[in-house]
Amino acid sequence: MNLDLSPELRAFRDEVRAFIKAELPADIRDKVRKGLQLERDDYVRWQKILYKKGWIAPNWPKEYGGPGWTPMQRYIFDEEVGKSGAPRVIPFGLVMVAPVIMKFGTEAQKREHLPKILSSEVWWCQGYSEPGAGSDLAGLKTRALREGDHYTVNGQKTWTTLAQYADWIFCLVRTDPAAKKQEGISFLLIDMKSPGVTVKPIVTMDGGAEVNEVFFDNVKVPVTNLVGPENQGWTVAKYLLGHERTNIADIGRAKHQLARVKEIAAAERADGGSLLEDEDFRDRIAEVELDLIALEATLLRIVAAETGGRAPGAEASLIKIKGSELQQQLTELLIEAVGYYGFPYNRDAMEHGWNEPPIGPDYAAPLAPAYFNTRKTTIYGGSNEVQRGILAKFVMGF
Amino acid sequence: MNFAFTDEQKLLADSVARFVSKDYPFEARRKLMASEEGWSRAHWKSFAELGWLAAPFAEDHGGLGGGPVEAAIVMEAFGKGLVLEPYLPTVVLGGGLLAAGGRRDLLKALVEGALQLSLAWVEPKARFDLAHVETRALRKDGGFALSGQKGVAFNGAAADWIIVPARTAGGIKDKQGITLFLVPKGAPGLTLRPYRTVDGVRAAEVALEGVTLKAEHVLGEVDWGHPLLEAAIDRGIAAVSAEAAGIMGHIVATTRDYLKTRKQFGVPLASFQVLQHRAVDVYVLSEQATAMAYRAAVLVAAREPADRARAVSAAKAWIGKAGRQVGQEAIQMHGGMGMTEEMPVSHYFKRLTMIDTLFGDHRFHRRRFAALGGHVEKD
Ligand SMILES: Cc1cc2nc3c(=O)[nH]c(=O)nc-3n(C[C@H](O)[C@H](O)[C@H](O)COP(=O)(O)OP(=O)(O)OC[C@H]3O[C@@H](n4cnc5c(N)ncnc54)[C@H](O)[C@@H]3O)c2cc1C
Repeated sequence: MNLDLSPELRAFRDEVRAFIKAELPADIRDKVRKGLQLERDDYVRWQKILYKKGWIAPNWPKEYGGPGWTPMQRYIFDEEVGKSGAPRVIPFGLVMVAPVIMKFGTEAQKREHLPKILSSEVWWCQGYSEPGAGSDLAGLKTRALREGDHYTVNGQKTWTTLAQYADWIFCLVRTDPAAKKQEGISFLLIDMKSPGVTVKPIVTMDGGAEVNEVFFDNVKVPVTNLVGPENQGWTVAKYLLGHERTNIADIGRAKHQLARVKEIAAAERADGGSLLEDEDFRDRIAEVELDLIALEATLLRIVAAETGGRAPGAEASLIKIKGSELQQQLTELLIEAVGYYGFPYNRDAMEHGWNEPPIGPDYAAPLAPAYFNTRKTTIYGGSNEVQRGILAKFVMGF
Repeated sequence: MNFAFTDEQKLLADSVARFVSKDYPFEARRKLMASEEGWSRAHWKSFAELGWLAAPFAEDHGGLGGGPVEAAIVMEAFGKGLVLEPYLPTVVLGGGLLAAGGRRDLLKALVEGALQLSLAWVEPKARFDLAHVETRALRKDGGFALSGQKGVAFNGAAADWIIVPARTAGGIKDKQGITLFLVPKGAPGLTLRPYRTVDGVRAAEVALEGVTLKAEHVLGEVDWGHPLLEAAIDRGIAAVSAEAAGIMGHIVATTRDYLKTRKQFGVPLASFQVLQHRAVDVYVLSEQATAMAYRAAVLVAAREPADRARAVSAAKAWIGKAGRQVGQEAIQMHGGMGMTEEMPVSHYFKRLTMIDTLFGDHRFHRRRFAALGGHVEKD
């Protein structure tokens, strides 16, 4: 056991660091640091920069355009990107649907979709959840009726993240209503420009609109857009969910947030000193820092096992639980740090280019909304209750 | 000792509860929140007619002979409906100070519903320290000239008078040397920057640039404003503690209903034991919050400032922390729906979150409680 990075890995880390420093556009870095709203173009611009470098898809095998890194290199890369204040890579295409297409897709599907996902030419979104099917995903009702060479899709998806930007959506649909719940589901790729697709924003409590309802009204989808065999969508979906969860820990971003907490606490006055010197507040930061270290060490053990050739299993649930809670604790510290200036609601100040004088300190406006918004992390991606259920079943054997 | 309401108090509680359930449906509140002023003058007029504005004041101040318990009763019921009308700034904080400063003339207008007030106690660099006052009041021609910045003054834009603590003597953090001023709406040199808060009420940044006032604009005595201010804030704490208790009570009821109605896996969420227990934990916290709030409402009237401070800080520290847990659990148990602007529970969650910050968060009050020696048994 040895916690030092080898000289090669250290060199790799420095290379990643230097690259981000040189290539991450300053306006994007600034937005992320200040917690401002990112536009579609911000994400795409940054993803294309990574694409050109060959680093956009660390989780892809080399033959499809992945960099061929070891698990440890991938870990280092993720951490450096998160720490640097780069935007997160939108996972729906690169992290979620791409591995599915690689594993279950036809040659034609691979040729058609993978290159455009890699180059960020096409934006994907995830159409799993429905009003009646959240934790109980297999309860989904969106119906795809096969009629010759196409399916006719009717129904509704909900909570679809950034569907307003998406060109394509991957969906779980019901192809056999007579079969048992999990057995009549198929995995379908749908062009968002198809007639009959409507996107309606859902305003979240922080005032943002990152999630949507997506309606399908007699949408015609070619049968060639089916991934995997008909009625085997549940197997495909489970394969994908494993990928979704490991991505959620985001240690690098947590470190970036922690640095932000300290920066703001240092700027806040309390009892004659700064809030960072306040013993009580400092202890609370330390508590969260301990959680961060514990998560990081746990993740590194998983990476070591992966390097040894063992695929992560139920540990993904553990990481999802602790990672999501950590993000919530960090935003809770931020709202506490800012005191009364958490009160003013100023959505405009969260847009780039708003140049009226701030209300209170210039960092204040996004902090309360960020705390409200981050309640989502324990709900989405399989709620933490569902994750605990998985651990209870597969680890404890209950 | 008796925690039970008197008959009059029961009547008051019933009448406010009736208003909230009949006249304050959530959709109507949503419209009010989006309206120009952010609350309803018509409702305010009813509050006056129903005697709620007079409820917490002594009879010789033109009130109905009540006190902080009556204010708590109103605020608890208002919490259940997230009432937007500025009862806290105008009646509890402002009215309390008018009574303490012997301004019967203004109190009369207040209980009649003809007066709005704001207390601008927040200073940008003070965090939660009430003695930290950088705003200056210089003596000028037998009067005063005020200059400085005040932040997050609730009800600032609607207020006919803004009560402004300003320094007439001493250093920036001295308790002595603070004077309370009544600054009239529209006074030359007074600039407001109004906004909505994240929890739906209205506040304003207040800039004072040489605002000229007369000696009669002093509330209480020159240099001795701090004890009045601290007592007013302590009454405010008792009142928002009751509001928080009302919010928690509402959250318990709506979360219970949601768990019973929402079905997943073919059964109501309420059939999952892990959720049952968490709903029960939330209920337990809400019961304790109510007890803590009324305890504070009784003890805030204590003669000794330290007794008063201990009681309200105990309530505020406890409720601030409990409120976090209650709010977070409520959103979690609602799943994605809890995240939406459309679902009322998210608004209750936001208000409960911000109540922790209001008048000092749980850390601040835990420390104040400890600094006063913690719990003291009296006999
Ligand atoms: C911001 C956000 C973004 C999202 N993005 C997407 C997206 O892009 N695509 C997509 O398909 N979906 C998305 N989702 C949906 C997300 O996956 C669901 O919200 C989640 O699965 C929970 O489902 P639900 O909201 O219906 O809650 P419910 O399933 O109704 O759950 C409510 C509560 O009950 C608990 N619960 C449910 N069942 C059990 C049980 N058996 N035991 C114990 N507790 C239980 C839950 O954990 C939760 O606390 C998003 C959600 C949010 C909030």
